[in-house]
Amino acid sequence: MNNSEQKNNRRDFLFTATYTVGAVGIGATIWPFIDQMNPDSSVKALATTEVDISQIQPGKSITVLWRGKPVFIKRRTPTEISEAQSVSLDDLKHPEKDKDRVKKAEWLVMMGICSHLGCVPLSDKGDYNGWFCPCHGSHYDTSGRIRKGPAPTNMEIPVYAFIDDNTIKIG
Amino acid sequence: MSEHTYTPKSKFGKWFNDRLPLLSLASHLTEYPTPKNLNYWWTFGGILTFCLLSQIITGLVLAMHYVAHADMAFSSIEHIMRDVNYGWLIRYIHSNGASMFFLAVYIHIFRSLFYGSYKSPREIIWILGMIIYLLMMATAFMGYVLPWGQMSFWGATVITNLFSAIPLVGESITTWLWGGYSVDNPTLTRFFSLHYLFPFLILGLVVLHIWALHVPGNNNPIGIDVKKPSKDTVPFHPYITIKDLFALLIFLIIFSGFIFFAPNVLGHSDNYIEANPLVTPKHIVPEWYLLPFYAILRSVPDKLGGVVLLFGSIFILMALPWLDSSKVRSSIFRPLNKLFFWVLVIDVLALGYVGAMPAEGLYLLIARLGTIYYFAHFLIILPILSRIEKTQPLPLSITEPVLTGMPKTELIRSDKRDV
Repeated sequence: MNNSEQKNNRRDFLFTATYTVGAVGIGATIWPFIDQMNPDSSVKALATTEVDISQIQPGKSITVLWRGKPVFIKRRTPTEISEAQSVSLDDLKHPEKDKDRVKKAEWLVMMGICSHLGCVPLSDKGDYNGWFCPCHGSHYDTSGRIRKGPAPTNMEIPVYAFIDDNTIKIG
Repeated sequence: MSEHTYTPKSKFGKWFNDRLPLLSLASHLTEYPTPKNLNYWWTFGGILTFCLLSQIITGLVLAMHYVAHADMAFSSIEHIMRDVNYGWLIRYIHSNGASMFFLAVYIHIFRSLFYGSYKSPREIIWILGMIIYLLMMATAFMGYVLPWGQMSFWGATVITNLFSAIPLVGESITTWLWGGYSVDNPTLTRFFSLHYLFPFLILGLVVLHIWALHVPGNNNPIGIDVKKPSKDTVPFHPYITIKDLFALLIFLIIFSGFIFFAPNVLGHSDNYIEANPLVTPKHIVPEWYLLPFYAILRSVPDKLGGVVLLFGSIFILMALPWLDSSKVRSSIFRPLNKLFFWVLVIDVLALGYVGAMPAEGLYLLIARLGTIYYFAHFLIILPILSRIEKTQPLPLSITEPVLTGMPKTELIRSDKRDV
């Protein structure tokens, strides 16, 4: 009786140990096959982009490609800046102050990607004089904040820095 | 599967069949007792099998000439269209074949809805069918990305972004699907690989679908259980094969009409512009067969909510055998279900129409009402209906209504005496 109980315990231990080692082994084998789909080194290594902004007139914007996605660089007019700054935070779906979204009030640098399903919004369109996404009808203001439509958040601000007055480094 | 045991006539046949019973399988398939009252709505299973094989064969050929690279995919499609011998024909068969495949599958699904083919004991057939349908949508979507036109690119962007609505892990999943930070070359190559794989998964599931069908046998327009084999059944071959072939011929005439006279009418002209990640086309629409779901997605003014309803609208169908608890299968004997079936058909068509229109004003209102009805139909109307509906009396056999037109008890009795 005692002997068979001991045998059972040994068997249980062996089963558990086998299952555990087996599960870890299978997991370790599967992981490379999943992780190979993540961004590879060549994609990650995509260099930062430097942009010359000296030619942009007030009220105009340019679009540059960074990591395969468009980035809007907009030189805002004083009216657009005051419009963006005067909005009460209570009116915003995703409350963010305009000054937290820019490094210099005149320059708005943001990802040109609608936060809904990734389309590129059209500039100087929509109910808030900012951007309008033609795919599913999201309206953004002059600070790129979502005001109306299905998009959940404001358009994203990438990591960027002013190298000098005429050059921006994105990334 | 079948009760009778088959013995090949030749000595070699017997030797072979004892080792691999392929001849028994062939005999089962030809003699398979089929209800004799099947109408033309039952021919779409055969048509769908044809569609799948046609897509696999044309796709195999296209893959010999196509180049899966973001810089070369678009021009390789033009190369197929202009340079490859009969490349235009094979590509048009493949691209229109996808549309015809969906046309047939929608008729097949609505056939099941009308005649209650999803009900016990055929739930597994129905669920396998729904999984096939999901795989078909994934395959068609990835195939549409391969030409790397504007609609390919932006369709891929919108659909993959659906996953970014998942809380917490959404962004990581989307990046994982892309293999980068946007739809790009890694996305294209993996879509090509999976687009090649999925049809074979579908083929495997089709085998299971047919296997599961051959256990209880076909449902039929009257929806009553049929004794097999009996006066109510005919052998599959030649009775059903010839009917299926005839229907397939009619189907092929329509198919050829598209291929030769309107090969691009179901596509979108923007897809003849090469993909450009900086410009979104003014009006993004998916292929016609996905429009009702697209309308549901856009009808919700919330990202996560829209995505949940989109997937919910498909997964709800899997629960259908349990949402509709009526014991009577065919809508012929369910007057209320018949009425609401047609309301559902109109609802889905309306959703498809507004899905192609801009999401604003009256279109948005119709999309919202249509979405509400779609879910109400399956979650509220069917469960209540199946409990309160007064169904009409069922005939005792298929033969009876054929012979008399109306159920007459005295004839049923005499019929019984014969047996």
